[in-house]
Amino acid sequence: MTDTKVERHAFADAAAVLGGALGIGIGLFLAFQSSDPAMALHGVLLALGGVLAVVWILSSAFRGSGSNDDGQGYMDGPIKVATIAAVFWGIAGFIVGDFIAWQMAFPALNLDLPWTTFGRLRPLHTSAVIFAFGGNALLATSFYVVQRTSHARLAGRWAPYFVVWGYQLFIAIAGTGYLLGITQGKEYAEPEWYADLWLTIVWVIYFLVFVGTLARRKEPHIYVANWFYLAFIVTIAMLHIVNNLTIPVSVSGTKSYILFAGVQDAMTQWWYGHNAVGFFLTAGFLGIMYYFIPKRVERPVYSYRLSIVHFWTLIFLYIWAGPHHLHYTALPDWAQTLGMTFSIMLWMPSWGGMINGLMTLSGAWDKLRTDPVVRLLVVSVAFYGMSTFEGPLMSIKSVNSLSHYTDWTIGHVHSGALGWVAMVSFGAIYCLVPWLWKRQGLYSLRLVEWHFWVSTIGILLYITAMWVSGILQGLMWRAYDNLGFLQYSFVETVEAMRPFYMIRATGGLLFVLGSLIMAYNVWRTIRGDTPVDVADQPRVAAAPELRPAAA
Amino acid sequence: MKHETLEKNSILLLVCILILVSIGGIVQIAPLFWVESTIEKVRGMRPYTPLEQAGRDIYLREGCYTCHSQMIRTLRDEVERYGHYSLAAESMYDHPFQWGSKRTGPDLARVGGKYSDQWHAEHMINPRAVVPESIMPGYPFLATTPLNSADIGARMAALRIAGVPYTDDMIKNAVADLKAQINPDSRPARELLKRYPKAKVAKFDGRPGEVSELDALIAYLQMLGTLVDFTAFDASGPNLR
Repeated sequence: MTDTKVERHAFADAAAVLGGALGIGIGLFLAFQSSDPAMALHGVLLALGGVLAVVWILSSAFRGSGSNDDGQGYMDGPIKVATIAAVFWGIAGFIVGDFIAWQMAFPALNLDLPWTTFGRLRPLHTSAVIFAFGGNALLATSFYVVQRTSHARLAGRWAPYFVVWGYQLFIAIAGTGYLLGITQGKEYAEPEWYADLWLTIVWVIYFLVFVGTLARRKEPHIYVANWFYLAFIVTIAMLHIVNNLTIPVSVSGTKSYILFAGVQDAMTQWWYGHNAVGFFLTAGFLGIMYYFIPKRVERPVYSYRLSIVHFWTLIFLYIWAGPHHLHYTALPDWAQTLGMTFSIMLWMPSWGGMINGLMTLSGAWDKLRTDPVVRLLVVSVAFYGMSTFEGPLMSIKSVNSLSHYTDWTIGHVHSGALGWVAMVSFGAIYCLVPWLWKRQGLYSLRLVEWHFWVSTIGILLYITAMWVSGILQGLMWRAYDNLGFLQYSFVETVEAMRPFYMIRATGGLLFVLGSLIMAYNVWRTIRGDTPVDVADQPRVAAAPELRPAAA
Repeated sequence: MKHETLEKNSILLLVCILILVSIGGIVQIAPLFWVESTIEKVRGMRPYTPLEQAGRDIYLREGCYTCHSQMIRTLRDEVERYGHYSLAAESMYDHPFQWGSKRTGPDLARVGGKYSDQWHAEHMINPRAVVPESIMPGYPFLATTPLNSADIGARMAALRIAGVPYTDDMIKNAVADLKAQINPDSRPARELLKRYPKAKVAKFDGRPGEVSELDALIAYLQMLGTLVDFTAFDASGPNLR
């Protein structure tokens, strides 16, 4: 028995080293072969990743350890990596976002250099916050939740590490590519063909690790959070592959052309784009909600039946909503109408999820007052309810004729992204850090309180500014004077936006400030500093093995 | 069937999820490839010239789509501000489409011919020199960067695989055509016009010497929305969707 385990480990080590060597080979080939400097740089990055992986695997194999278990036999190493990465990329993405917000108020900040203009930094911001920050939060929480709710260790010896580090490599390749002008020119799907290919490999392994862990579970039932994670992982794979079908110009060059054109490409893009929202930013984060809210408030999920109904309706309806991004365009009317209809229907499952999250607090509403981590989690669900009400409203064609192309859309996205996605992630990170690093609690709960208020005020400034500017912009574009001519030239509407752009950027600055407070708090907690207010923290703030028995 | 069955069987759960999330996309995307009225039959559409395609690649590279749409909606104010509403046919050779989702700046679907080449050149180098209230970044480096035209033939070959009707002749002469488009009244320019009827040939950035990235970008902007012959287009005809 022991022998087979040793053999299995040796086999896994050998396979992992071979994989690393393959990465080094391909990386060096691209580095020396490609006449495209960006491709050469990315070849170097891949080779470097391979070298680090091989060195790490061999050194731990010869130390005979490779013991990345904690006491209970869970594998928490990859989760720690993804948690720190989420905090790091989150701050990076928020700072870039706020910088480009200031660029819109003060265009001189574009510096007129290729690498610093809004057009290149904006994809850097969106990808950093959605895929780097959000993606790492999902990796960390899904690996944590699937182990705890299945009572099983993550499948694979090196695979979970490959997933988290491979994902960071994808982020590095995509991000440096944007700055160098490497892009497919499709929103939220900017990475070029080779980065997409790499992400596909990482994602397939992620899927196998997740399903493999479920297969090992010692609980007969698969917990509801895992349904959402599973739907998120499979659907994102489908969307990613279809939307990025592309013809590379050469195997050693960065440039490719998307396979579909015009109207078909537009429909495919927004089928992808809206479901990046639906499955990456909603289903995945509902998985977080379904585990972390019940855990933190020590109450069961409000309704089992509601969770079944809203899960299946949510995943079925969401996939149809894409065409509401294309109202009154050259997309056929039947598709627009379908998109609008399903978007309105989506309101119901969305609110089903919100109600299930909020009502889980039944009998524990006082925790909203005493525990700022609970407040982050719960306010995030409230923001989720608000933006999933606003979304169906904006998908109605007559409303959309005003709101589309304006800042209203930007405001709507941020009430979801900052209010829901980021807040629920912050809540989960504040839960996870003491649990993973075996601490008595967070370094300071008071700092969480500060983080909550600073970022909430920031979000409110942001979304109210964008409501006003967006609706103003839409009304100015369609305003007629009493002689029947258009009243405003386009540039007059640009000028009118300026004060709102400044308010928005200020709101964003507060949000950045909040995340820096979080980073400090997380760092002090990981370092093992004695919590300053441990007496005020709930018993669940401590790592499970350090908690006093329930009274 | 009880829901418990799904909850206790990960593969069954997975299969059900896959079926459910596939339906919407299949119903909405697949018909666009075979319902004939999706793309109108129009006169005048042609593939981009090598210089225009190179300019389009720069448009993508600089992320112009993050602030500019190329899709005029069927709304009165948009048609009055920007021109005839956009047809699906007008982006049939666009890999990828660039309809955009935000108008921090104006729509560009019919910007072609609206301003002079010189206006565009000055505007790209310093937008506030011609529009004081503009918040667009300046792109002075485009004027000083020579256009990389070496692989334009390979690019067009890739586009052909994706469905753009470039002929062997067009691909073979790609580099020559690219350079010819900034040399009005020359022999190569006449050759270019045989392959790409009514293409605009001009000294786009107004500077002598090699083809610059700015030449390519202006060549692209100046042809946007100009191809379809709207005198021959009947919206109420078989094109009505």
